[in-house]
Amino acid sequence: MKFFQSRLGTWTGFAAAALVLFGLAPLLLSGFRLGLLAQFLCYAIVAVGIGLAWGRGGMLTLGQGVFFGMGAYLMAMHLKMADAEFRNGPGAVPDFMELAGIRELPAYWAPFSSPVFTIAMILLLPTAFAVLLGLAVFKRRVKGAYFAILSQALAGAFAILLIGQQSLGGFNGLSRFRYFFGYNLDDPVNQQMLYFIAAGILLVVLAVALQLRRSRYGELLVAVRDAEERVRFLGYDAANVKVVAYAVAALFASVAGAVFVPIVGIISPASIGIVPSIMFLLGVAIGGRATLLGPVIGALAVAWAQTALSEQFPSAWTYAQGLLFVLVIALLPGGIASVAAVTKRFQRKPVEAAA
Amino acid sequence: MSAALSCKQIEVAFDGFKAVAGVDLELDRGEVHFLIGPNGAGKTTLVDAITGLAKYTGSVVKDGEELRGKKVHHIARKGIGRTFQTATVFENLTVAQNLDIAAGAGRSPWTLLRRRKHLPQHVTDTMERIGLKDKADTPAGILAHGQKQWLEIGMLLVGDADVLLLDEPIAGMGHEERETTGLLLHDIAADRAVAVVEHDMDFMRAFAHRVTVLHAGAVLAAGTVDEVSDDPRVQEVYLGTAKENADAATA
Ligand SMILES: Nc1ncnc2c1ncn2[C@@H]1O[C@H](COP(=O)(O)OP(=O)(O)O)[C@@H](O)[C@H]1O
Ligand SMILES: [Mg+2]
Repeated sequence: MKFFQSRLGTWTGFAAAALVLFGLAPLLLSGFRLGLLAQFLCYAIVAVGIGLAWGRGGMLTLGQGVFFGMGAYLMAMHLKMADAEFRNGPGAVPDFMELAGIRELPAYWAPFSSPVFTIAMILLLPTAFAVLLGLAVFKRRVKGAYFAILSQALAGAFAILLIGQQSLGGFNGLSRFRYFFGYNLDDPVNQQMLYFIAAGILLVVLAVALQLRRSRYGELLVAVRDAEERVRFLGYDAANVKVVAYAVAALFASVAGAVFVPIVGIISPASIGIVPSIMFLLGVAIGGRATLLGPVIGALAVAWAQTALSEQFPSAWTYAQGLLFVLVIALLPGGIASVAAVTKRFQRKPVEAAA
Repeated sequence: MSAALSCKQIEVAFDGFKAVAGVDLELDRGEVHFLIGPNGAGKTTLVDAITGLAKYTGSVVKDGEELRGKKVHHIARKGIGRTFQTATVFENLTVAQNLDIAAGAGRSPWTLLRRRKHLPQHVTDTMERIGLKDKADTPAGILAHGQKQWLEIGMLLVGDADVLLLDEPIAGMGHEERETTGLLLHDIAADRAVAVVEHDMDFMRAFAHRVTVLHAGAVLAAGTVDEVSDDPRVQEVYLGTAKENADAATA
């Protein structure tokens, strides 16, 4: 354990992860499976953010679908614009709008023909929204279950809002993307490139989370989690401390959503509402929210189990998911990552009993 | 010399019930000032008011500046530190981390976002002073009760508080620990104002420079230990109750 806390250990860890993600996985997995893994990596990126905000900061972020959805829709808008432009020239209306009878391009769509603007929005909009929301909520000392319910309600409301927006595809969302910044999405080489992008982003996000955990800020965040009032009496504005972690988690989710769109080829309200938001959290809880890698492992495991199980028993998955959640919370509140610690405790018990 | 902290006509009401009903209090640097009074007298509530946790009417002035209406963390930044009746430290962090956080309220975002290279000198010194030097890397959660209370005092020292409000700092301590704590309080009061909320009369007699007795939210008496002990109202109201309490405790 000590080794991985040293600088050398950190680099070793990242090198090993890079080797698996960039070397082994593409070698061993078929194109289809690699695409699935790329999709799961997007969930893992969201999970790293939740691990920071929830595991370290104590904020039960039950509504990360909002930020994931923002990033996803922003990217999808650009892809639809680029496709339309490619077919019918600048200012053309995306295909789904034509079908819905929308002849004029809505004004808010126009700037998204610019890739730079789109990427800037993906990075800034959800983060700014999280900062404003966080300030409003944390300054008023809304926390615990109240915060969880609020963020979940927000995810539900956001999905409903999107369903009503015909100019964003309504219930069906946005799909059928042909090009990603000029690269044909049907080309397996480009699909693999998307996988590499997702893997690269995951490593970057992990590095950022690691730095935040190890910094003085990371210690302060844990202090706020455990005794918020005490931190205030030491002269800190605890709300600001929380806002930073919350905004970083939002940024991670947004970036994940943006990469998710070209990989999966569709984004709709069903992928960002309450149920997907719970799914994001579930993986983190199962993997171990307070650790760096627990959320990643949990997110991958849950996504994999969902795919495997729902292929065979589509209806059983929902129950399995609930059961899994209950089991982990009841038996392993620290998640899979805490298995080592828990077994150690079990092994020590007889000795203590004998003493 | 003017008082480090001067409270005038502090009133705190909970749904009409006046927990603190017009208290005047002056704390001077160089003094250990005891706040005593039976349970429910309003001592903790008074500390809550000064530190911005409880709403009040009246005025609290530190070094010429009015503090009423300021937020908790702003008041803390003005150099007013407090401890809690049940020691509150960051249990999952080490002693060193606890102190480092307490020392860092003025740090820039840039400093915060980097890893700590080494502990600031005054943090190391304070660790020595509160007798926890060999516990630097121990999680605060597994410290003994008394050690947590010392850590909490240490956290105020590294944070450069010069008005310390300590709510029952020796609760649950053994005789020797009390003695050590009392000496520590005298030591740190040399250039600070220290207020101690306490029940224990022997401890008060041994270490108080000045005493204010609260009863039912009001100041019953104030002065030196002898002046207060000789006051018949104090004997009737407080010492009597204290004796009853003690009897009840031994019964
Ligand atoms: N938050 C609160 N709401 C209502 N009453 C309170 C509250 N806090 C304290 N009180 C009451 O105010 C009185 C003073 O309490 P407190 O300041 O804790 O006394 P002390 O610290 O002197 O033992 C008590 O009667 C207590 O019940
Ligand atoms: Mg009290």
